[in-house]
Amino acid sequence: MHSQKTAFSTKRKLWDFHGGLHLDDKKTMSLQADIAKLPVPDKVIIPIQQHIGEAPEVIVKVGDKVAKGQLIAQAKDYVSASIHASTSGTVIAIDEQAVPHPSGLKDLCITIEADCNDAWYEDLPEPMQPFLDYSEAELRDRIRWAGIVGLGGATFPSGVKLNPGPGKDIQTLIVNAAECEPYITCDDALMQSHADEILQGILITLHVIQAGHCLIGIEDNKPDAIKAMQTAIDKAGAGHVEIVVIPTVYPSGGEKQLIKILTGKEVPRHGIPADIGIVCHNVATLYAIYEAVELGKPLISRLVTVTGEGVAEPKNMLVANGTPINFLVEQAGGYRKNVKELILGGPMMGFTLHDDNLPASKGTNCILVTTKQDAPENSPAMACIRCGKCASVCPASLLPQQLYWFARAKDFDNVQEYNLFDCIECGCCAHVCPSHIPLVQYYRFAKTEVWAREEEKRKADIARRRHEFREARLARIKAEKDAKLRKKKEALNAKSGVAKDPQKAAIEAAMKRVAEKKKKLQDAGVKPANTENLTQAQQKQIEAADKRREDNPS
Amino acid sequence: MFTAIVTITMLAILFGLLLGYASIKFHVDGDPIVDQIDSLLPQTQCGQCGYAGCRPYAEAIADGEIANKCPPGGEVTMIALSELLGRDPVTLEDAEAAEKPKSVAFIVEEECIGCTLCIQACPVDAILGAAKSMHTVISNECTGCELCIPPCPVECIHMHPVEEGITSWKWPFPQSDQSNQPEAEQPIREAS
Amino acid sequence: MKFVTSTSPHTFKPNSVQKVMLEVLLALIPGIIAMTWYFGWGVLINVCIAVIAAVGSEALVMKLRNRPVMPVISDLSAVVTAVLLALAIPPLLPWWLTVIGAVFAIVIVKQLYGGLGYNPFNPAMAAYVLLLVSWPSHMTSWLPPIMLNEHPLDFIQTLTVIFTGALPAGLDWDAISSATPLDEMFTRLDLNQMIEEIRQSQLWGDFGGRGWEWVNNWYLLGGLYLLYRKVISWHIPVAMIGSLLVLSSMGYLADPATHPFPAFHIFSGGVMLGAFFIATDPVSACTTKKGQLIYGASIGALVFVIRNWGGYPDAVAFAVLLMNMAAPTIDYYTQPRVFGETQKADLTETAERDKHD
Repeated sequence: MHSQKTAFSTKRKLWDFHGGLHLDDKKTMSLQADIAKLPVPDKVIIPIQQHIGEAPEVIVKVGDKVAKGQLIAQAKDYVSASIHASTSGTVIAIDEQAVPHPSGLKDLCITIEADCNDAWYEDLPEPMQPFLDYSEAELRDRIRWAGIVGLGGATFPSGVKLNPGPGKDIQTLIVNAAECEPYITCDDALMQSHADEILQGILITLHVIQAGHCLIGIEDNKPDAIKAMQTAIDKAGAGHVEIVVIPTVYPSGGEKQLIKILTGKEVPRHGIPADIGIVCHNVATLYAIYEAVELGKPLISRLVTVTGEGVAEPKNMLVANGTPINFLVEQAGGYRKNVKELILGGPMMGFTLHDDNLPASKGTNCILVTTKQDAPENSPAMACIRCGKCASVCPASLLPQQLYWFARAKDFDNVQEYNLFDCIECGCCAHVCPSHIPLVQYYRFAKTEVWAREEEKRKADIARRRHEFREARLARIKAEKDAKLRKKKEALNAKSGVAKDPQKAAIEAAMKRVAEKKKKLQDAGVKPANTENLTQAQQKQIEAADKRREDNPS
Repeated sequence: MFTAIVTITMLAILFGLLLGYASIKFHVDGDPIVDQIDSLLPQTQCGQCGYAGCRPYAEAIADGEIANKCPPGGEVTMIALSELLGRDPVTLEDAEAAEKPKSVAFIVEEECIGCTLCIQACPVDAILGAAKSMHTVISNECTGCELCIPPCPVECIHMHPVEEGITSWKWPFPQSDQSNQPEAEQPIREAS
Repeated sequence: MKFVTSTSPHTFKPNSVQKVMLEVLLALIPGIIAMTWYFGWGVLINVCIAVIAAVGSEALVMKLRNRPVMPVISDLSAVVTAVLLALAIPPLLPWWLTVIGAVFAIVIVKQLYGGLGYNPFNPAMAAYVLLLVSWPSHMTSWLPPIMLNEHPLDFIQTLTVIFTGALPAGLDWDAISSATPLDEMFTRLDLNQMIEEIRQSQLWGDFGGRGWEWVNNWYLLGGLYLLYRKVISWHIPVAMIGSLLVLSSMGYLADPATHPFPAFHIFSGGVMLGAFFIATDPVSACTTKKGQLIYGASIGALVFVIRNWGGYPDAVAFAVLLMNMAAPTIDYYTQPRVFGETQKADLTETAERDKHD
């Protein structure tokens, strides 16, 4: 029904989101050269945790020979992703290695020494062609097997997203091809070179989620990609797949923002797109889905933009999972002079790396090298003057200055009251702040701090339960012991034949002792410990035990 | 005159009923304040406050004890308690102890003689073992209270600080924000 | 290879507090020139005295607080405060009053609350009010505008008056001073005179006081520049002038004999200066857009109320200070709807929170 559209005139109504920025996109520099095919690096260092969720289980040993595409770590949980060898060679280490992470900490990695044959694994699954002959579950299993995660940077396992669960009626697949961050062009390059495959990935995904139509959101600064995708759609006659050209505004590539622009619907807070009948995937993810289903290849490589003023020949390259970043920069002509920072991701949301001897992983979309001239040091932070510039650019309609206030005061109740967790860390606020306050870092600090406290609280609750259980158990054991003793004594008393009515005497003695003890306790001001918060049964048990104890002081 | 009496009486009855209804409807069982205090305490059950565990201390705080005696909870807990109780924050009694990094107990298994003394001391049953066989600590459940250390006759229990991994890593408080650091040197900003 | 690290974002808009303040000063220049033209050298001299006192006292406070002086002074916020104060006070005010005002603004109103960004009140307006209530006679003896001034003082004479209080030979205060049009208007209205009678006075120009209407026009020009440069948003000035306009129109329509023409309200006293330069002071104003509308409109309404029924002729300073106090509360109740927030979710969330409490 929308097939008559040309690439540049979309009649579809577009919506707007609050705030956002017009940034200098600096995308041309990495689009000058063709996509580079790289030689096989000497070794690849493959981190185990490349996605959101549980780490997969390593299934190879040091010394194992592995082939390209062979499974080396098996997904362990539902929200998890498998890892495959990205080249053929020998596993030389399974240990903690520095990984690309803002903390600069180490994590478990599998290091494979490449044999340079780059030979494919023989037991790869058969291509599923035509995919329509396969059920959704079979296709989903294949996608799970391939270890596909969201390649836009979020790295959430795609198999999970493709299984929205019962009661969620998905109508629309939204393809995120906005690529709103400056410098990054890997999605652009992929669309220009592999439009047909991406479209195939879209059709597979539509089939898996049983959605009726698809909207591809592309920013208007990518005319070539738009043309290529339109040609592919026209060729395939896929009328239910529609390209929507959107204005270039950062962060239109944020999942929630893109959905708003294209459909006018807002993903509810704390909700996911599936709640409003939408599933959103990045173009690179769809390409990976195509490869997994139609070629039977797992996700072991992706396009990475190596760019920035600090790189000699910026370009896009097809990068095997685990290739060291310094190797990639070398392949892009090496560093220029006056290099300042090495950023993984874009200039707005990426994080800096302290070293370039780190592996590129599934989520690596861009390696950005800045220079001292082009990215001058931001001047030191000054006091907030509450000018409200941050609030006016916030795409989540938050009040960044208030959040900053509370995060700085470590007032974690109020940061949550002011919706800290709706912040997408896009960096717009810090970008415009005239006082140069590192706002995003304050929010990240507050978020991790809140999470840590929640975790602490959870642990404290467990400790409390364990402690209470232990107290109850000790009381029970004591009661049992006392009961035994009392029985023994009774038996003994019965044998010696006490003249007085034993029951009556015991009661009298007990009453006396209770009174004495009460008085003693009152004098000392002591209260019995740990007797609150018991269940009724426990309380009864203890009472019984106390009584028995007083009956039979031993 | 008569209307006034009737009106006042009616009002009295109405409000009486309302109050009576409210007292039934919004009846609160027990003393929730102790539960609230207890939920803020870190539940290490370490006894550093001088009480037998977290709950006894919570009861004591509810009875007026100062809320600054919990080193594992540190300043955060003290402030949370002060806020809950509407009291002024006070300095920690033992600030040094509160600075200690979070640790868990570790039993050197080769040296353990299997005396079970530590098992009896552990308030959260985080030590596993039986008489005459070596013991081990379930580090996930250990609260780091150190109560197992004194009873050990062979001193084979050590405290190991919890290592920071990627998943437990926290973004640091921004350092470059000079407005936080009154004594720091602030270079003159250029008009850029 | 090793690299330095920092947190995202890694690009910045070339903007700074200093630049913002510089823009404000720039926007004030037409107003300063107009004031000097109509009211003589005293305006410029006051500006100089106030700036020196404000910057000097800020430097002193930073020294006493053991903090670096230069970054704080170079943000120019003290200069802006000083200029705003100097433009609000009479041109021949004795120098020590200007100094007291500037020092009070910086030391008490700004730095004692923690410095830039922390002061709940607008420093210039707080200082103005302090001077006005403590030295009312000094603060209300204005000069007539140039065209009505029979004895314009030259630079040296002005300097002498400000610093020694000695008037040139043969002149006394009554000869050279004059009430402001606003003062005149409401004093005579209190005496049950009709607007038409009052307007017979030569103090009146086309729609406001002579001279004053033009000074306000130049402030308006500066304000429009700030809007154009996006230093301020339209919300506060438009709401403030709008509400004053609506209320004064209502009064005028009800009884033109005792209520001045709406344009008189807007182009008299400190309305333009207040609307564009003082009420928009981000530190003490509301930050949410909805809040800014309420804040601005309330200032406009208060100005109308205080002018009509209050004890002081001009009301902008009082109105601004009163609304400064209300700003945090307004902000609290006008938080924007967060992305993805729906009415229903809101309710359940509140319910959940209540349950937890």
